[in-house]
Amino acid sequence: MTQSVVVQVGQCGNQVGCRFWDLALREHAAVNKKGIYDEALSSFFRNVDTRSGDNGPDIDKGKICSLKARALLIDMEEGVVNEILQGPLRDVFDSKQLITDVSGSGNNWAVGHKIYGCQYRENIVEKLRKTAEHCDCLQCFFIIHSMGGGTGSGLGTFVLNLLEEEFPEVYRFVTSVYPSGEDDVITSPYNSVLAMKELNEHADCVLPIENESLFEIVNKIHQMVNSGKLGSTVKPNSLVTSSAGSAKMLQEKPFDAMNNIVANLLLNLTSSARFEGSLNMDLNEISMNLVPFPRLHYLVSSLTPLYTLADVNVPSRRLDQMFSDAFSRDHQLIQADPKHSLYLACALLVRGNVQVSDLRRNIERLKPSLHFVSWNQEGWKTGLCSVPPVGHSHSLLALANNTCVKPTFIELKDRFMKLYKKKAHLHHYLQIDGMEKSCFSEAISSLSDLIEEYNELDATKGGPRIDPSRLKIAV
Amino acid sequence: MSIVTVQLGQCGNQIGHEVFSAFCSDIRGTHGLCSKKENESYQDSCKERFFCEEESGVPAARAVLVDMEPKVISQTLSMAASSGLWKYNSHSHFCQKQGSGNNWANGYSVHGPRHKEAIMNLVQKEAEKCDRLGGFFTIMSMAGGTGSGLGAFVTQCLRDAFPTSFILNHVIWPYGTGEVIVQNYNSVLTLSHLYQSSDALLVHENDVIHKICAQLMNIKQISFRDVNQVIAHQLGSVFQPTHTAGGGSGYSRNPLGDLMEALVPHPEFRMLGLRNIPQVPETSLPYSTFSWPGLIKHLRQMLIANAQMEEGIDWQVRPPQPGSSMPSTNKPLHFNTSIANLVILRGKDVHSVDLGSFQDPSLYTSWLNPQDAFNAWRTPRAFNKYEKSASLVSNSQFLLKPLDSIVGKAWNMFASKAYLHQYTKFGIQEEDFLDCFTTLEQVISSYTNL
Repeated sequence: MTQSVVVQVGQCGNQVGCRFWDLALREHAAVNKKGIYDEALSSFFRNVDTRSGDNGPDIDKGKICSLKARALLIDMEEGVVNEILQGPLRDVFDSKQLITDVSGSGNNWAVGHKIYGCQYRENIVEKLRKTAEHCDCLQCFFIIHSMGGGTGSGLGTFVLNLLEEEFPEVYRFVTSVYPSGEDDVITSPYNSVLAMKELNEHADCVLPIENESLFEIVNKIHQMVNSGKLGSTVKPNSLVTSSAGSAKMLQEKPFDAMNNIVANLLLNLTSSARFEGSLNMDLNEISMNLVPFPRLHYLVSSLTPLYTLADVNVPSRRLDQMFSDAFSRDHQLIQADPKHSLYLACALLVRGNVQVSDLRRNIERLKPSLHFVSWNQEGWKTGLCSVPPVGHSHSLLALANNTCVKPTFIELKDRFMKLYKKKAHLHHYLQIDGMEKSCFSEAISSLSDLIEEYNELDATKGGPRIDPSRLKIAV
Repeated sequence: MSIVTVQLGQCGNQIGHEVFSAFCSDIRGTHGLCSKKENESYQDSCKERFFCEEESGVPAARAVLVDMEPKVISQTLSMAASSGLWKYNSHSHFCQKQGSGNNWANGYSVHGPRHKEAIMNLVQKEAEKCDRLGGFFTIMSMAGGTGSGLGAFVTQCLRDAFPTSFILNHVIWPYGTGEVIVQNYNSVLTLSHLYQSSDALLVHENDVIHKICAQLMNIKQISFRDVNQVIAHQLGSVFQPTHTAGGGSGYSRNPLGDLMEALVPHPEFRMLGLRNIPQVPETSLPYSTFSWPGLIKHLRQMLIANAQMEEGIDWQVRPPQPGSSMPSTNKPLHFNTSIANLVILRGKDVHSVDLGSFQDPSLYTSWLNPQDAFNAWRTPRAFNKYEKSASLVSNSQFLLKPLDSIVGKAWNMFASKAYLHQYTKFGIQEEDFLDCFTTLEQVISSYTNL
């Protein structure tokens, strides 16, 4: 069994991360009835003997003593991390696994990447090493951050670089929250494009997320709950709603519900690696199957169900509905249109009592309406995990490598160019030590190249299918 | 003679478990109409072949379990142990912490050399426990990373360490519509490598077994367990003890050797397909009766028309007319030419069954005498509750189309260079791929021109 480490950077990264740890604990509590520290738990948690204080030794087996998250919390201002440390999760985090500062990054990628990166480099490396040492077999780093700000974006991508240097064999999955068009941070296009270059070059897989999508999903749930629609009551303990009641939720902590969705994504992504099933799908398999060319590693994710179904024994019809939902835009975590673009590859991770025949039936059903690239007509990767998520009888996570991310990147590029042409706010960046104009031109060029790669693939769509001729053997 | 089984990867281990369970439940089950002495002889032979008597009294499977991650092996071990009827030896397994990531190159070039010694030690130990080693039986899928890549490497090691032993690879072909996106690459790499070191490849296709589950067994929500149990039944119908034609009165002492001798006359042709009839839901068994002439007729037509199961057979397909010297290009379309066939009959009245129709020379290529091209094994002992059961192991064009399809899809992907960076990362280069494609195109060409 392998372990994964979560590195949460910046305000967004830490808020999402916090929700992740809360939901992970709840999921394991529901599955692990005997309180024994097992392999599944060890993938994200250490079991520490805290009787003699926080520096106690790790306990490999036996009863759970004190669970500590395999996490590194990084933020250049203290507010968010402090809140976490005073909240219900305070015992889950090892006080040595935090890196904070006071003044923040001022929404400036260069401050996060160049200044704080330099300043905290050694500290970060040391803490990463420590976390890695506690792992028997470290397989994957999950970085959670946003692209539009300064810390998550700048320092987050700096850490990404570090991870590649220091731990080249360990996979790097990055969950990135992309800014929307109406983002209130004016310089978010700069920050995002500068960060994109790093993601292009150093990440194994990126799961882009857009706040707009999360917001729409949460609204939808809210509507369903309030309208009292038959057969779709939200169970109070389901992992979609947070600990607070759903009615109060949107007013008090609007981001909690949205962050829960992202947290669920990570939980489902790792479920087959943690729990058993008839067709396991490990994290290294995700990267292997979904990334046909090194830079095309941006995956569109969609999750179902987003709200619980009232009955537990769901007849087949409802099961098929789950598959249909996964391919509907309502369930996607970014605003994109995969059905009208080209699929390069698609992965389906199913949890719960679902068998291979259900999977195949639905793939047959949905295939005709999807366009797959000519050299990967049957590009499906499937996984069956027997353990369903808390409060549901089954769930489905779909990850698609699809050219529909192209418009998102094109928009980002346009917003960047609007500012860059006028040289707006550029001086805030260029005055930072280590930042030059070439950083900007390289970044935009990297993004343009990426868009071009997607363009070339799109050009093959719908064209005549000419299979390359096979090798001829002399008879 | 004993056979050592090597279970590789998730698929190999899941199927292996069902196979040993099937053996066990068969020998404990009804023996049909054969004599008690016959039955005892059958049971002893099976036990010697596949199990080792341990002090605890619970027979231990002669098997080595290999996987690169621990979840499946620990499940397999505990499921076997909890049956109370048989188990795996508690030391005969090897696993690591991190799987092969569906990457053939990772399984073959990284895990293989790294763990060669440990794995071969376990195999050696199992081999030494056998009074007489009859050969190796490996179970693997070719779609993933461990079974396929590490499996190919282990097969090579077996060949190097046991140059005179028989090696039979049981290979599972994945569903055509994706289980793994790079399955066609992994398949091409596996098959071409196995062809160098293995004696024969016995193939089961998931699509075919799935159809049997759906249409013959009437299973509504088919799980991998269902598929694996049908596969185990079919394998059992081949490997449970039988009397070979010339073999005297006892049960065959050398099943793998007999199989190879019967079916693999030429090293270029090693792909074996398997058909077993009848297949009915367990609940229907007591109410079903079959006649030998009916079963033989169906089995023969399944061979000729390359049917996957006993329903939906195309009865229009006929062998070419005898007497006319026919170049292969003029043979009737859809006719499945055989190199050699083996029919195994189990149950009531087997000795009276007329198998002359299988010796028809028009079924075969002209290289062998029809008497040599066809073999039959029989036993009056019923198998797995079926009063009558007939299996066909065939070295013919059964797998030509599926093989061609896999190579075609892999080539298509290769031409676009998709995913190649994942393989080159672990040392498998484009030239290696080309070599593998060449090997398989050669095999395809050979089988096409029969």
